[in-house]
Amino acid sequence: MPSKVLLDGVHLDTLLHRLAWQLIEKHKDFSNTILIGLQPRGVELLERLIRRIQLQKDLPNLTFGKLDTTFFRDDFRRSEKIHAASASEMNVNIEGKSVVLIDDVLYTGRSIRAALTAVDSYGRPKNIELLVLIDRRFSRHLPIQPDYVGAQIDVLQGDKVRVKWEPETQKSIVYLETENA
Amino acid sequence: MKALSVDHLLGIKQLTEADIQLIFETADHFKEVINRPIKKVPSLRDITIANLFFENSTRTKLSFELAEKRLSADILNFSAAQSSVKKGETLVDTVNNILAMKVDIVVMRHPNPGAAQFLSQRVNACIINAGDGTHEHPTQALLDAYSLREKMGDLKGKKIAIVGDIRHSRVALSNIFALKLLGAEVKLCAPKSLLPKYSTSLGVGVETQLMKALKWCDAANMLRVQNERMEVGYFPSTREYALQYGLTLDKLNQLRKDIIILHPGPINRGVEITTEVADSEHAIILDQVENGVAIRMAIIYLLASKLNTNIK
Repeated sequence: MPSKVLLDGVHLDTLLHRLAWQLIEKHKDFSNTILIGLQPRGVELLERLIRRIQLQKDLPNLTFGKLDTTFFRDDFRRSEKIHAASASEMNVNIEGKSVVLIDDVLYTGRSIRAALTAVDSYGRPKNIELLVLIDRRFSRHLPIQPDYVGAQIDVLQGDKVRVKWEPETQKSIVYLETENA
Repeated sequence: MKALSVDHLLGIKQLTEADIQLIFETADHFKEVINRPIKKVPSLRDITIANLFFENSTRTKLSFELAEKRLSADILNFSAAQSSVKKGETLVDTVNNILAMKVDIVVMRHPNPGAAQFLSQRVNACIINAGDGTHEHPTQALLDAYSLREKMGDLKGKKIAIVGDIRHSRVALSNIFALKLLGAEVKLCAPKSLLPKYSTSLGVGVETQLMKALKWCDAANMLRVQNERMEVGYFPSTREYALQYGLTLDKLNQLRKDIIILHPGPINRGVEITTEVADSEHAIILDQVENGVAIRMAIIYLLASKLNTNIK
């Protein structure tokens, strides 16, 4: 499939830097905050954000989890594709805490809805925020909006926006996968 | 993602190694789910499952029920003792009547070997065999192998002994198929009268002395003597069987090595296994029960994902 680079590594690096600072600004020492990366692709972003935040501040209380939402999806038996589950690692108590859900691309909002239901199985958080690297505007199926956004991108329905992570963020890219070029 | 190669779970015989690995991977995820504060996922909320038990069961029935509820399916329970089967209704009629109530999946235990296969060819629903006579009990074999894998890692090359009433055991046959598929070596150990005639054709070893089998194996699956399926006496007395084939702490200590002890339940304490062994750290009997729910959730989830849907 043809692809086009939308954001290069340098740009991506700046976005990560800004998102990390936005989190620090809002959540201070993170003692009442739990960052949750959504499997599979949100976890990459989560890990990079944690590294950024740790670089800026020494935070022994920074807790995080990895959440898989496969069994909460609303398209089970409705889509041709069978979704493979990934492991959930939620060794955290979210009761009464501020939860930040972290994912790479926000598109229809359906996987975030699944994540909201899935998070519920672990307790009742004080509040839930959403952080995404890429917000695909004008494509939502549900009334879901992010609280922290890396970049907003407008692309055609059916096209896919992908993030390709490399060990060094400077070499990572955000690219477009298009069906009909 | 990969899907199962089958549309029903009739026996392990119809499965491939890839199927078993897929079931295990999925069960890993469900095991995490059932350890959450809220142990339920909404995947199967538009699926109805009938549990048809034409034979008594405690563990399997409860385990299936719990697995189905954890997946948010609607369930119907049916046991032959309180049904029209007693009035002479045939199996196909009974099941078709139940299916007319829009049931998607049938979990069935039946005293006749082949009952699940028979049903799968005649009714329009996904069939899961929860034990058919002395033939197969696939979910038990899968949870046994899964529990072993949890304790000892990859089963390739591992030595597993199956001890006891092999002749009348569906657990034994399903276990043999599953363990062989996963690359384990299997040895059966029983008095000759309780070994099936053609057991060696399954590619397994046979041993009539318990101590020899125990010394050889890394894990032993102790089966129950199924008195309810015996029309004639297969051994002189229960006491003699217990002396020859019962697993005691004394016998375990003589081995000078640690082996894992499984038991599919229900246990006849003091016959095939003593209380001290059943409650020792060698035994993973309660792990088997916990894993049973995760394995059954995985099987139901994977089969349900293949169901034709009229939702679109």
